[in-house]
Amino acid sequence: MRATCWMGKTDVQVQQVPEPKILNERDAIVRISSTAICGSDLHLYNGFVPTMKSGDILGHEFMGEIVETGSAVKNLKAGDRVVVPFPISCGACAQCRRSLFSLCENTNPNAWMAEKLWGYSPAGIYGYSHLTGGYPGGQSEYARVPFADVNPLKIPAGMSDEQVLFLSDILPTGYMGAEMCNIQPGDTLAVWGCGPVGQFAIKSAKLLGAERVIAIDRFPYRLAVARERAGATDTLNYEEIDLYDALKDMTGGRGPDACIDAVGLEAHLPGALGAYDRIKQATGLESDRPHALREAIMACRNGGTVSIIGVYGGFIDKFPIGSLMNRSLTIRAGQCHVQRYMKPLLERIQKGEIDPSFVITHRLPLDEAARGYDMFVNKYDDCLKVVLKP
Amino acid sequence: MAMQGVEHQSVGLERRGRGDGAWRRHGNGGAQSERLASGLGWFSIGLGVAELLAPRAVARGIGLKGRGPTPALTRLCGLRELAAGVGILSQRRPSAWMWSRVAGDVMDLALLASGFAARGTNRARLAAATAAVAGVTVVDAVCAQRLTDRGRLSVQTTTEGALRVRRRITVNRPPDALYRFWRDFANAPRFMERVEAVQTTGERRTHWRAKGPGGVTVEWDAEVTEDRPNELIAWRTLDDAPFRHSGVVRFEPAPAGRGTVVTVEMDYAPPGGALTATAAKLLGYAPEQQLQEDLRRFKQFLETGLVVVAQPPAWSSRSIAAGGAR
Repeated sequence: MRATCWMGKTDVQVQQVPEPKILNERDAIVRISSTAICGSDLHLYNGFVPTMKSGDILGHEFMGEIVETGSAVKNLKAGDRVVVPFPISCGACAQCRRSLFSLCENTNPNAWMAEKLWGYSPAGIYGYSHLTGGYPGGQSEYARVPFADVNPLKIPAGMSDEQVLFLSDILPTGYMGAEMCNIQPGDTLAVWGCGPVGQFAIKSAKLLGAERVIAIDRFPYRLAVARERAGATDTLNYEEIDLYDALKDMTGGRGPDACIDAVGLEAHLPGALGAYDRIKQATGLESDRPHALREAIMACRNGGTVSIIGVYGGFIDKFPIGSLMNRSLTIRAGQCHVQRYMKPLLERIQKGEIDPSFVITHRLPLDEAARGYDMFVNKYDDCLKVVLKP
Repeated sequence: MAMQGVEHQSVGLERRGRGDGAWRRHGNGGAQSERLASGLGWFSIGLGVAELLAPRAVARGIGLKGRGPTPALTRLCGLRELAAGVGILSQRRPSAWMWSRVAGDVMDLALLASGFAARGTNRARLAAATAAVAGVTVVDAVCAQRLTDRGRLSVQTTTEGALRVRRRITVNRPPDALYRFWRDFANAPRFMERVEAVQTTGERRTHWRAKGPGGVTVEWDAEVTEDRPNELIAWRTLDDAPFRHSGVVRFEPAPAGRGTVVTVEMDYAPPGGALTATAAKLLGYAPEQQLQEDLRRFKQFLETGLVVVAQPPAWSSRSIAAGGAR
């Protein structure tokens, strides 16, 4: 079959690879109908996530049709259409029972690697380095889905791929980012990053009752989508204005009630501090460039919440811990517990409260995956989200 | 330490008194390493002083006359030695400074190697110095590893000189289910990576076949020495076993229905004693990590009914067709 393989830094190629097989009785094989490139795939593409091996199959946002099931999978049959959540959960361990599915204690066979870097291991993730298991990903024709009896969501007939594909990751991720802000009537939220996850965080914040949502980015086309499609009440281009000053002014001198970091480890920043982070990252002195996070903390109102859904990998410095501690801020973070949100969000889609397809700007055949990565990473052609069709 | 219901009655690790919750180690396994470390610390200071005060004489002594490192570089090495020596002797946990000695050894070996390439050096003296530094490197590394292990609950040396590895894992099942699964030793190959088959040969006796280092098959007989249903199983190998060891597994309920804390302690005496074990660890074979992975598979099997795999076994050595589909 054809699959999108990571061959090295900024080098992905669609290659012929062996088809996946059932390896365990709770597995299923999915023939993929739609799959997408995630902003976090760009961190792999740019070589910022360790433990990638040449030839690894990328992709953790995918859906398709069940073609084969293991003997213990009773709730799915060949022909069912499913969306597959990106964290793999077992459904039985203490964390899965607490609905903290991305922290499943059983699905990362390389837990020891994650323990060395992070202390303890989160769940396994498709196509997302060997640190999270080394599972082959879904930017391919077929994928093996472990614990298929507890993970995939069956899609009702009549719904299009584009309506439901993003239930696999970015819609629940954006939603959880907003939910972690514990939004109260009258709240103002600021969202750093207007990529697809940022757009869904903005949309979700509005759905959850935020009075005002301020979208922050540097690309006018992304800010336009945030305003016109996601429902941001205000937009700020951080290359044009002083963010702290603007946010303070817009919030009556108090700061946003909650700040969402939907940027993660490759934040951009003009000027000396930006250069400082780039040099430290390039020389391995810090693994992540945390500028959006620093700004979100400094800008947040006293006692407010900073919600981190942008991906970080390792270590940062110049972290404003004094601001965090002295001003009683709450930090909430996590890889999304997707399984918790799939059904409620599917219902919201069915009711017409949200149509996630508004983020899609490019639809490409799987064979053009490399072009998709190049476009997405370099923001050519106003690229916001690439969907691949195997 | 909210570990109600868990007793700590092992040899290497005990609470100081009843209920004070203070953890400490006992046993004399580390005293030897500490004496060795302080010897090496004084050696560092002596060498450091010599390198600082008489860099040329030191260079001549090891065969690097004229063409070797500059006196300034030798003095820098001396400063490094002094720092390591003072650190080892003054720190309460000298392991970090011992590792800095290992790093210094590697640097010295590199400098000596560059000396072989230079002209005008005394090769015989250089070879002797290289051999001496290489020997010291091994001693330093073993000592550093042992001092590192000294602070760890997962690796201990018992008073008898045996190596004890210990790991805990919490499984979301009641103790009786875990006990029953473990007590049927035929289940061992399901989660013990190196074990291939276990036969029950008597009420308390079992015959084990496992893969040893280098893929060699080893077999031994073992007997259960203590068996408390739903609480504890202890076993040891019979006297003629090639790989002599003993082990105990405890199943203790975690508070408030949070599953079962499984504690495994295994004692074994590798040929050559604890030094061999430390050397093996430096080469990448860490028995406490093996035990950790075995327990992870035990948990997976008991919680999910299977052992998790990410890829087909042959996948890691796959060859990707050149060219691909494009």
